[in-house]
Formats: sequence, structure tokens, C-alpha cells
Amino acid sequence: MFPTILFYVFAAVLILAALGVILARNPVHSALLLVLCFFTSAVIWLMLDAEFLGIVLVLVYVGAVMVLFLFVVMMLDINIEEFRKGLASYWPLAAAVAGFVVFAILNVIVVRQLGGMSLRVAPALPADYSNTRALGTALFTRYAYPAQVAAVILLVASVAAIVLTLRRRKGGKPQNIALQVAARARDRVRIVKMASEKRP
Amino acid sequence: MISLAHVLTLSGILFAIAVAGVFLNRKNIIVLLMCIELMLLAVNFNFVAFSRFLGDIGGQIFVFFILTVAAAESAIGLAILVVLFRERRSINVEELDQLRG
Repeated sequence: MFPTILFYVFAAVLILAALGVILARNPVHSALLLVLCFFTSAVIWLMLDAEFLGIVLVLVYVGAVMVLFLFVVMMLDINIEEFRKGLASYWPLAAAVAGFVVFAILNVIVVRQLGGMSLRVAPALPADYSNTRALGTALFTRYAYPAQVAAVILLVASVAAIVLTLRRRKGGKPQNIALQVAARARDRVRIVKMASEKRP
Repeated sequence: MISLAHVLTLSGILFAIAVAGVFLNRKNIIVLLMCIELMLLAVNFNFVAFSRFLGDIGGQIFVFFILTVAAAESAIGLAILVVLFRERRSINVEELDQLRG
């Protein structure tokens, strides 16, 4: 009983925070509410015995991605009011599409009963079950090649992000290391031989 | 206890909110990116729930990869956004029509 109450509480917080994300006027508030979304999702994932992913969600998403979002939101000097003009007329369309999505999903879950799949109770886990160990075993044996591909994607993304935002300042006076190293004394100093002159 | 239907309903509502957010914030590209993150979160919910209730760890592996790709996507998306703002001094989606040809 207690886990169910906990689930409802966190689900309510999650849905309210998600509504806040899309309705907040200020993008900074949206980003902070999205952080709340990720935290409550992590709690629900912990309740679903996905401990590793719950921790990863907090560490990677809240710790890295959302900080990046907040950084960009605060770095860009944007006029918030400009975005709100003329968008209020879109809410019937948004509500209709969202209502249809919810209706379609509830139709599958409630009316069709998930195609007869009666999964009311999760299968019991062994006493010495470790989610991290199970995930690691699968990731480094059966899914080792996809893990490598994911690593390459991360590398490409970080290189791309750096290259995209790299900016050469105009009027700066950076050193050209190659030119400095290639410099020789005979290119710079000219020795002129001449006869000594008499003092007038 | 929580049943599969609970989690699937929650993720469906979350996804619908994110879709509505795309309509409501059509102009602000940062909030659009946040809505995409919300959609990915809803999909991850489904994967985690099915992984738990079917007793198959493969779903959680997939969530792992989705998190990886989503992190890469938001990093590149925000980098493009910063470059865009530097060039145009605006992130209004309606003004981004230079590629019309």
C-alpha cells in the first residue's frame, strides 16, 4: 500500500512539474521545473528496481544536460515577452492533440487490457539481485558493440559542440607556435661586414 | 503495488504534455528542446516499466543508449543555438527561414 501512495505522490509532482515546464513564462523556470521532473522520474525508476538508471538520470541529466540548458538560457539575452505574442490561440489545438494522445494510450491500456497481457505484479527478484551487475553484464557482453558505438557518438558530439562554438577573435594577437619554432637566427639577424671608418 | 498500467498511463500523460508543449511554445527553441527531453523521458518510462515487468534487462540497456544519444543531441542542439544567437541575435523559430532557397 505504501509504495502505491508514494507512486501517486511522485506521479502527481511529475505531472505538475511537466505542466509547469510547458506553461512557465520564463525559460529559466522551465529548466528548473524540468530538473524537478527528472528527480521525480528517478525516484519512480528506483521504485521500479532500476536503481542504476535512476542514479544515472540524476547524475547525467540533472548534473550535465540541465546545467548546460541553464547555462545557455542564462547566456542568451532573450526577450521573453516576444515569444508569448499570438501563441495563446494555439491552446485548443494543443489540448486536442494531447487529449488524443492520452485517449489512444488509455484505450490500449484500459479498454484492450494491453492485448491480454496481465502484468499486475512484477516478477519477484532474487535476494542477491544487483541491478548494476545485471546491467553491466548485459552491456559488456551481449551489447558490447552498441556500447562502443555509443562511446563514438559521445566523442563525435563533444568534438562537434566544441568546433561549432569555437570562435576566433578579431584583432587578437595569438602566438603562432609553428612559426616561432621554425625561426632561425640567420633569418632574423643580418651580419654586415664593412671596413672600419676613420674618426672625422 | 504499482502495476504496469500505472506506469504506462503516467508516461502517456507525460508524452501528451510534451506534445502540447511543442504546440504552445512554437517560437522558443529552448523550450522546444526541453519538450523533446520530456518526450524522451516518457519513452524511457515505458522501457523501464516493460523491462521490470517482463523480466528482461534489455529494456534498461536501451534506456542507457537513449540517454547517451539524448545527451549528445542536446549538446549539439545547444551549440547550434549559441552559434545561431551569435549570428542573428534571436532564437525565434519563425525568423529562421534562410534555408528557404
